Amino acid sequence: MDLEAQFERTVAAEQRVEPRDWMPDGYRKTLIRQIAQHAHSEIIGMQPEGNWISRAPSLRRKAILLAKVQDEAGHGLYLYAATETLGADRGELTEKLISGRQKYSSIFNYPTLSYADVGVIGWLVDGAAICNQVPLCRTSYGPYARAMIRICKEESFHQRQGYELLLTMMSGTDAQRAMVQESVNRWWWPSLMMFGPPDAESSNTEQSMKWRIKRNTNDELRQKFVDMTVPQARKLGVTLPDPELKWNPERGHHDFGQPDWDEFWQVVGGNGPTNKQRVEHRRKAHEDGEWVRAAAAAHAAKHTAREGVA
Amino acid sequence: MSSSWPLWEVFVRGKRGLNHVHVGSLHAPDAEMAVRNARDVYTRRNEGVSIWVVPAAAITASSPDEKDPFFEPSGDKVYRHPTFYEIPEDVPHL
Repeated sequence: MDLEAQFERTVAAEQRVEPRDWMPDGYRKTLIRQIAQHAHSEIIGMQPEGNWISRAPSLRRKAILLAKVQDEAGHGLYLYAATETLGADRGELTEKLISGRQKYSSIFNYPTLSYADVGVIGWLVDGAAICNQVPLCRTSYGPYARAMIRICKEESFHQRQGYELLLTMMSGTDAQRAMVQESVNRWWWPSLMMFGPPDAESSNTEQSMKWRIKRNTNDELRQKFVDMTVPQARKLGVTLPDPELKWNPERGHHDFGQPDWDEFWQVVGGNGPTNKQRVEHRRKAHEDGEWVRAAAAAHAAKHTAREGVA
Repeated sequence: MSSSWPLWEVFVRGKRGLNHVHVGSLHAPDAEMAVRNARDVYTRRNEGVSIWVVPAAAITASSPDEKDPFFEPSGDKVYRHPTFYEIPEDVPHL
């Protein structure tokens, strides 16, 4: 049997493809692109919430937020490690991120203007991420699937801490409730955009579904997210800012309006509110860390030399 | 650049009595840093009581291309399994 047929058979049988197996070039390239974009999103995603660590309202909230941002760094590392099993070089991927040649999720190009944003990001943004990521635990590439299993376990903490934070604020003063609603108003539409463009315009979906890299279409996942979120919003006592949002008993799903896709493409194209700031911050952190990397390498080299003598 | 640091494969023992299991990899300048980084990356929630790190370059693996012939010798030896043997039902403790 030729290699391609064997690969197709493995994937069709719901078996996992492992690093040293033969795979089509397109499969490898698609995976590297998707996993790298995902890794970059985790790393850039540290910034909007990191913005509130020093201003968290209590030691408890600060410890939680620190743990969450540390998780994002960990998730980025699991994913970069998965790309390396495909032959990618992590240093090169970082270069591509800070030179703008590879992208990350458009959601992280929006600013965190109030502390309620920490809760809303946990609830809506991490909630949307979970919808996207749970099916990826069954993606056809083994190292990616295993990384996603670890990530999904940890994302559950992220979403619950966000919702709990919002419940606390909603039981506070009118000003605090207004702050939550204002934050929901800003994050709702960008959260829906996280699932990517509508299926009709999504160029990568069909092949990725065939290779079982992707398990659901963008629109399927968006619908699932809306259906999950509506009762949570009701319980919280906030209004989702979509006049078209209502239950459709015939479909057994909620109908809802479309995000502003022109805005989406603007943000993807680099013109979102914080694109420049996010990439610039990452570049600076990378360059400022150079002496640490060099010192660690010099220390290791000195050690090795000494042990060699002994 | 971190990728000039060698790659290490990380194995974690979940609790006493279990095997170390491969969990992923990371870059580090030396073995000591690899263990410390592995603790921070792979055991943030009590996932382990022991960590091994192994230079990825030191691992020799069987080739996936020859996996069928390589593992074939055990394929036709059904007599290695206890279910191969028929024993009367009234024989106890067997």
